[in-house]
Amino acid sequence: MIKNIFKPFNNNLNSLLPIRFNNVSLKLGNNYFFNQLSFKINTNGMTAFIGPNGAGKSSCIKLLAGLIQPNSGEVIFSTNKKIINMIGYVPQKIILLRRSVERNLLHALTISGYPTNEKKRRIKEILEFAKLTYLAKQSARNLSVGQQQLVSIMRALIIRPSFLFLDEPCANLDLKSIRIIEVLLKLASKSGVKIIIVTHDLFQAKRLSDEILFFYNGKITEQSETKDFFKRPESKQAKDFQNGLLLNG
Amino acid sequence: MIELTEIFKNSFNLIFTLNLDLIEIILLSLKVSCFSLFFSCIFGLPFGAFLAVSKFYGRGFLILFFNSMMGLPPVFIGLVLYIILSASGPLGSLELLYTPVAMIIAQFCLITPIIVSLTRQVLEQITEEYDELLKSLHANTKEKILTILWDSRYSLITCILTGLGRSLSEVGAIIIVGGNIAHATRVMTTAIALETSKGNLEIAVALGFVLICISFLVNLLVSLLKDFAQRFSYD
Amino acid sequence: MDKIRSINILKIILINVFLIFFQLIPTKNSFAKKNFIIIQSTTSTRDTGFYEYILPKYNHIDDTEIRVVAVGTGQAIKNAMKCDADILLVHDKKTEELFVKEGFGLYRKDLMYNDYVLIGPKGDQLKFKEIKNIQEALKKIYDDKIKFISRGDDSGTNKKEIILWKNLGLKVNSQKNSWYWETGSGMGSSLNIAVNKNAIILVDRASWISFNNKRNHTIFVEGDNDLYNYYGIIPINPTKCPKSKIGQSEKFINWLLSDKGQELINSFKNNGQQLFFGNATN
Repeated sequence: MIKNIFKPFNNNLNSLLPIRFNNVSLKLGNNYFFNQLSFKINTNGMTAFIGPNGAGKSSCIKLLAGLIQPNSGEVIFSTNKKIINMIGYVPQKIILLRRSVERNLLHALTISGYPTNEKKRRIKEILEFAKLTYLAKQSARNLSVGQQQLVSIMRALIIRPSFLFLDEPCANLDLKSIRIIEVLLKLASKSGVKIIIVTHDLFQAKRLSDEILFFYNGKITEQSETKDFFKRPESKQAKDFQNGLLLNG
Repeated sequence: MIELTEIFKNSFNLIFTLNLDLIEIILLSLKVSCFSLFFSCIFGLPFGAFLAVSKFYGRGFLILFFNSMMGLPPVFIGLVLYIILSASGPLGSLELLYTPVAMIIAQFCLITPIIVSLTRQVLEQITEEYDELLKSLHANTKEKILTILWDSRYSLITCILTGLGRSLSEVGAIIIVGGNIAHATRVMTTAIALETSKGNLEIAVALGFVLICISFLVNLLVSLLKDFAQRFSYD
Repeated sequence: MDKIRSINILKIILINVFLIFFQLIPTKNSFAKKNFIIIQSTTSTRDTGFYEYILPKYNHIDDTEIRVVAVGTGQAIKNAMKCDADILLVHDKKTEELFVKEGFGLYRKDLMYNDYVLIGPKGDQLKFKEIKNIQEALKKIYDDKIKFISRGDDSGTNKKEIILWKNLGLKVNSQKNSWYWETGSGMGSSLNIAVNKNAIILVDRASWISFNNKRNHTIFVEGDNDLYNYYGIIPINPTKCPKSKIGQSEKFINWLLSDKGQELINSFKNNGQQLFFGNATN
């Protein structure tokens, strides 16, 4: 029952196509930040983007979510336009509408075209699961940061996306909130949602992800399974990073 | 100075005897102003939001256009409309000249730029704030407009009240297209102009006071409603 | 939840009440197509209250609404030429006859008359004690450079004034003669200015009687033969203006010209004085 809460609408899409970057180039200012970047991510399990500040993790995930367009190259999910509704995005800075928690969730459902007669039930379901029902009518902006972030993630998951992209969801949160969110993400992943999470927290990456992409200076210097990454990092930057050295992006 | 107090005394007398003609004039003022404001908002609020939200080729020009139109001389609009609606003009067959409908059209032309420009201004901040969110939800333009309009509804009330104030005080355009005809197109402002030109200063001042009182009452009513609604809302 | 719902319902009810209420207002102001004819007339005629007096009396006979647009004579005539009128009622016989001659009006009939008076501040009245007629008065004003207000708006009153100057062979304009002011406004506004600036002004008696801001001004010259002011009534020619409602217009005109109409005109008084004298020839 609980597993079905996050089950994507189009379950089979995931198993079909990996996410692909094909020679993607992105300009920031006058210089090319990403230059002919190519990689492939499998659609099973959770992936973490890690790396120092300014390495390109956020930009990469924004490209994936369709928020920014590459100057050249392609970001390939599928040739199906329907995929757009199947992406949930949680931004780094929490943006909630000046409405109640309930209305915020309703707004996301309406825009993504969720069937009208099921909206109310869906909101109730999600709120009950996250144990936030008592906050339903509260102004979303008056919640604590942890609660707000939870609502933000709920808003992304409520439309039953096939993909969930999160940009540093647990920055500035207390341990309790982080724990709740991680449980949630694990559950969503088990339900079949492909999750990519950008994180600063090495330990979180270790806890959650199955695959790690290490970003440095606009390039992906390493891509491997999590356990391999931590046991035997290949690049020097990854090694330094794991040892706690502060690197320049 | 003595004359002045006489005038004010007479003014209050006139108000409190509830002259039937006065009531007719007041009601017509409210009707013409409210109808024109209504139509201005129907067009102006979404369009102002559209200008705030979308980036497109002619956007800068449109913003400049509506900003300048705020300073349009009312007599000029009255004159242009008069030429158009005249029996010998292109829309003469509509027989709108010297009717309240012509006055509503004139006021619509004058208030809409105000609504559009103020709306756009008021919504600029929230648009920037919601930009990433709405983009990530892949909202289309219509959905973006509805979202920011609804979330800013209390700030927009000030824009609407500005429009109302402007429409209640309008005289130049409507006296030309309406003709200031007794019992047909005479409103408070045009009546003030008339009584002044007839030398009936007490009546003119009385009407002026009534106009101010009504404007004050409407603003009071709206701000009370707004406070009331806001208390029960989620902001 | 219920509180909010009830507030929303209240809002909807208020809005509906508003809209319905506005539509129920006296039919003259409602936006349905109204049955009316338009008279282009002058501000001085309107300001006497003449129309407020006479039009309701016509309502007993016919339910056609009569809308009076009062502007300067010049503008009234131009409006009529543009077909924004069904009837023209002004007091400038020469221009009216030209109007008919050029085909804009069907015909011109005498309706009523009154006279002009020259008014000025009581303080200056002594200067005019010896003056017997309007010509002498104007000459004195010109010679002594006494402040004089002209309508300057092509109205009937204005044209009368200009003819009087012309007959004396005196050229006046506001640029060369600093004592001669042109207001470009209606009778009431011009009177306000004259009264406030202690100046002399030519005004039709009806307007003067009805004017409520006389202050220290009084009549200097009156009764002169040259000071008669004739009002004519003209229906707009349907050939030139197909949209004009000639049937309703002529009905009203004939009523005004009838014995009953003329009697009503003569019975119109303000401050106990008769303002207009019917002179229709039947």
